[in-house]
Amino acid sequence: MFAYIVRRALQSVLVMASVAFVAFALFQYMGDPINQMVAQDATLEQRNALRSVLGLDRPFYVQFLFFLKNLITGNFGFSFRVGTPVAQIIAERLPATLELVIVAAMFALFIGVPAGVYTGLHRHGALSRFMLTVSLIGVSLPTFLIGILLILIFAVLLGWLPSFGRGDVVNIGFWSTGFLTKSGLKALILPAITLGLFQTTLIMRLVRSEMLEVLRADYIKFARARGLTNRAVNFGHALKNTLVPVITIAGLQIGGLIAFAIITETVFQWPGMGFLFITAIQFVDIPVMSTYLVLVALFFVIINLVVDLLYFAVDPRLRVERSVSAH
Amino acid sequence: MAALLEVDHLRIEFPTRRGTLLAVDDVSFQIGEGEVLGVVGESGAGKSLTGTAVIGLLEPPGRIAAGEIRLMGRRIDNLPYEEMRKIRGKQIGAVFQDPLTSLNPLYSVGRQLIETIQTHTDMTPTRARARAIELLHEVGIPAAERRIDHYPHQFSGGMRQRVVIALALCVNPKLVIADEPTTALDVSIQAQIIALLKRLCREHGTAIMLITHDMGVIAETADRVAVMYAGRIAEIGPVRSVIKDAKHPYSHGLMGSIPKINDEKERLEQIEGSMPRLTEIPPGCAFNPRCPHTFDRCRIERPELMDTGVTRASCWLYANG
Repeated sequence: MFAYIVRRALQSVLVMASVAFVAFALFQYMGDPINQMVAQDATLEQRNALRSVLGLDRPFYVQFLFFLKNLITGNFGFSFRVGTPVAQIIAERLPATLELVIVAAMFALFIGVPAGVYTGLHRHGALSRFMLTVSLIGVSLPTFLIGILLILIFAVLLGWLPSFGRGDVVNIGFWSTGFLTKSGLKALILPAITLGLFQTTLIMRLVRSEMLEVLRADYIKFARARGLTNRAVNFGHALKNTLVPVITIAGLQIGGLIAFAIITETVFQWPGMGFLFITAIQFVDIPVMSTYLVLVALFFVIINLVVDLLYFAVDPRLRVERSVSAH
Repeated sequence: MAALLEVDHLRIEFPTRRGTLLAVDDVSFQIGEGEVLGVVGESGAGKSLTGTAVIGLLEPPGRIAAGEIRLMGRRIDNLPYEEMRKIRGKQIGAVFQDPLTSLNPLYSVGRQLIETIQTHTDMTPTRARARAIELLHEVGIPAAERRIDHYPHQFSGGMRQRVVIALALCVNPKLVIADEPTTALDVSIQAQIIALLKRLCREHGTAIMLITHDMGVIAETADRVAVMYAGRIAEIGPVRSVIKDAKHPYSHGLMGSIPKINDEKERLEQIEGSMPRLTEIPPGCAFNPRCPHTFDRCRIERPELMDTGVTRASCWLYANG
């Protein structure tokens, strides 16, 4: 198992290096950054001087190694637009996005899994049919449309919830949280639902189809034949066997939540990383864009690593190797 | 012998779009305390369905359309789910065909044993665990104290079936439904498992309903045997009589298909044709198109089980008069 973790970690490093290369390539192909740094009337000599000061005249692989070194040491460069360190800008925006994603993921898991179990167990029930129909909406409607519809209903027509922003935040060290104020919590509801709705319906449908599959298994029939209670059979035996595929998809989806937060954050003017990224694109703020890219990739890699480790917790068949089965 | 299980005119139907299929038609038999009843027949003869109906686990849309099942005189075929659940495992155990898929792969065998014991008794976890180890010992699993914490995939097929038997017998049920318990196993393991099942049931006075298509297993194990054909019982009687002197032409043909060690014949006898599909069961005796002795009455009127001397067969050849 240790060897497995090491192998996975090495793979992760490789993935991160590839993403870093793409992020680095952004600088190379998004026009000449020198143009954006110097005055319009700068001479060619002035430009070349700046170029060699910044090391931009060296071969690209040397530049890439410098870029990697900077990434690893947490030096992400300065924003072209505002001139402050990118690390600082991201650190300001990160809590907003992570809080939104965590709430959306909780929403997706705590609604999606029970709804999936229910619809799997009561296949022909009226409530199941209703939930499946509603879930079709969640799967098929685009995020921005759902967000706008929610704003229309709950912010504009009913006036219950704010239509944009994070509300009041409290700073705990560098972390600004919206969990501790009433307006912060209220502001979270609509964006979290918007962001998590697709994942909720996806997880629900996945759990449902896995449940239907597992409930047909011999060991479920045998568990019933042993006289176990419905609760033990459905939740102890059936649900646990659906977990491996559900963990896989749910893990990927949480990574997806971070990436898709861009749309939700734009619709709700949520001051998170996604919103920052959109602004960065508008201003061709390459250091911010490439850092965002690397950071999102890092989240994906970490989540995937956690998912792989969760497999071991759930499925004993992966754990063995050492104790060889005796016949 | 007092009847432990009585199945009376059992009828199992499957409603389909093209009409109702009769999978088990008017089947009656009894199993006495500690008795081993073998149930043989081809695939689709209704033997597994009958067993499933006894433990109350028929899958919808299949349903018991008529008849009664009684355990120790108490009717159990119409019990609410929760009442029947308490009987399953506690009074009627079950062993299924495939030991590889009968155990939940995610839980250790000990946990599965302990949860079953604790479902039916109020033993403390410590005592239930001690009992589980004892059971594993009893079914012949070496180093049970260590093996109890192992997962199903760490056991071989034969060992897993031993665990399944331990699970079926863990609270000393009165009856075990063993549905093809050895079919998925190596031939060399089959005899061991059958011997184990037989020994344990004799020691605990447990009756067995042994469902199989293997006449060899029946001959070794059963006290009585019921031969099923197209959802009906063709013949039922003491195992020796059915094997040596089958009265029903179908069971006679079936016994003719068992290889004998000192037989000079090159080819085994076989019954011409195949069992009809449930949708195409002919009127009269279901076996009449394949039967060498068919006469007019067989094509019109359905034979009930009638005495033939030692066994009872549903065949007009034995109609009185």
